[in-house]
Amino acid sequence: MRAVYAQTLIELAEKDDRIVLLEADLMKASGTTVFKTRFPERTFNMGVAEANMVGVAAGLSAGGMIPFANSFACFASRRAYDQFFISGNYARLNVKLVGTDPGITSEFNGGTHMPFEDIGIMRNIPKLVVMEPSDPVSLKKLVIESAYHNGCTYMRLHRKSLPVIYSESEEFEIGKGKVLKDGTDITLIASGAIMVAEALKAGEMLNVDGISAAIIDMHTLKPIDTELILQFAKKTGGIVTCENHQKTNGLGSAVAETLSENYPALLNRVGVADEFGEVGRLNYLLGRYQLTAEHIVSAAKMNLSRRKYAFGSSENKMQMNDN
Amino acid sequence: MDSIELKILEDKAKEIRKMTIECIGYLGVGHIGGAMSVVEVLTLLYEKYMDVSPDEPQKRIRDKLVMSKGHAGPTLYCVLAEKGFFPKAWLHTLNVGGTRLPSHCDMNRTPGIDMSTGSLGQGISTAIGLALANRINGIDRKVYLIIGDGESNEGQIWEGAMAAAHFKLNNLIAFTDYNKMQIDGYVHDIMNVEDLNAKWNAFGWFVQRVNGHDFEDMEMAIERARHEHFRPSMIILDTIKGKGAHFAERRIDNHNMNVSYETALESCSMLNEIGRQPTEIHHD
Repeated sequence: MRAVYAQTLIELAEKDDRIVLLEADLMKASGTTVFKTRFPERTFNMGVAEANMVGVAAGLSAGGMIPFANSFACFASRRAYDQFFISGNYARLNVKLVGTDPGITSEFNGGTHMPFEDIGIMRNIPKLVVMEPSDPVSLKKLVIESAYHNGCTYMRLHRKSLPVIYSESEEFEIGKGKVLKDGTDITLIASGAIMVAEALKAGEMLNVDGISAAIIDMHTLKPIDTELILQFAKKTGGIVTCENHQKTNGLGSAVAETLSENYPALLNRVGVADEFGEVGRLNYLLGRYQLTAEHIVSAAKMNLSRRKYAFGSSENKMQMNDN
Repeated sequence: MDSIELKILEDKAKEIRKMTIECIGYLGVGHIGGAMSVVEVLTLLYEKYMDVSPDEPQKRIRDKLVMSKGHAGPTLYCVLAEKGFFPKAWLHTLNVGGTRLPSHCDMNRTPGIDMSTGSLGQGISTAIGLALANRINGIDRKVYLIIGDGESNEGQIWEGAMAAAHFKLNNLIAFTDYNKMQIDGYVHDIMNVEDLNAKWNAFGWFVQRVNGHDFEDMEMAIERARHEHFRPSMIILDTIKGKGAHFAERRIDNHNMNVSYETALESCSMLNEIGRQPTEIHHD
């Protein structure tokens, strides 16, 4: 994924002199050394000083550039939040902040480096676009969308390689989720590199049990795709959100807000349950924080059985009230 | 600087000082202390050095100023109004709901403001970004930056100090408004920033220290800074917090205070009567 990211930035920079790159001593981790080799005069390694990096990016933006600034997601979000908020967003500038190693993907770096709250705090910045691509194609297309979006963006970036989900010709639009699979009984809404893949696995497992699950890749957390959420809430009656993040203030909360204000369908959230991170391999952490396909399947089944218990069938009675 | 130019600048500064006191008094409350200590440096920069155009505030090739101590906005607004960036009538809308002149500088509301500031410490980083953008784009113009002494408690100031020297930003000219006071008291009591000269020197900047109410001193320092080839410049301005506002000058509680309109007008008429105020500077 990081190779795709760096290559996309190079392609953008070849066409557009305004593209610049900032790093905070994690250029090797971000995989952007190739960008520096190609555009040394447009690459700034700011050292281990994320707050300054984000402020400098804002200044570059005020000087007419389109800055991409990278760090681990924990530092990009928590450590430089006020700089991103005031110098970037409040000033209505154009900083493209990218946080790598989101959630459990920080693995051996552990609890200090494992952001389960970055989407939550970013979602509270007015007008900010918050994204988490799920495969190399969506990453490339969303980086390009981000570059030409007029305003700040925050993107979570999984560095390691991932299987391709989308065809090269697939087009992406900020704020418009992707239906990966249609279904009639329940909708799984997932975001990001790890959880979209787990949701796809869960969909197959549910299928074996005769449950038809729709699957949505919600690559943009803000603005959330209200229309798509409501369409599938009405169609399937129940929703499970799947995120590599706290259950609060991230995807699950965004979907809950949308549903409760418009069409209160039953929602179950798969995500981190008010806990800090810790070290481990990805597979261990998926289990440790109850984020696996199996956990998604049980959340989906619980959703179906609660609807059945409450309404005598898996239909959501709200559908009747809707008329 | 000849005596005529000096007289013109002093008269202009007196006018800016009166306008600032008047507009804060009209509102009834404001950051009078730090607004008074930057009157001379802003007057000198905008009257003599800054290549800016009131008719085209956003023109691409221009000098820029980042008022990192964003609460000194009112002084800058008076300077900009005096230059014709917007009508002077706006000054009476300071901090009124819907105003284009908020207490802290906002580049999206006020013509002539080059950067939004208010969260202390952030202006140095944005100024570095502006200076880097000038370098990339071959724009031969300066970025001026004004930080406070209390603001220099912020860690981000020193992150920026390191970065600006690392990138050899000789197109960045910074000033510390060293008025020796912060909100809770004297800087040396609350969080001592000394030795400021040695600190900026050690970070690799070209450092000068002058009387921040003396145009001739500041002019010499700015001239030297503008001709520096390899380093960013820090000009430490020894100033007096509240300078020239009789009700506030040197008062320890003058960071943000209530000012009645009558008191403000009284202060303005005192400035008219005494002409050029004698300047006393106490070096620490």
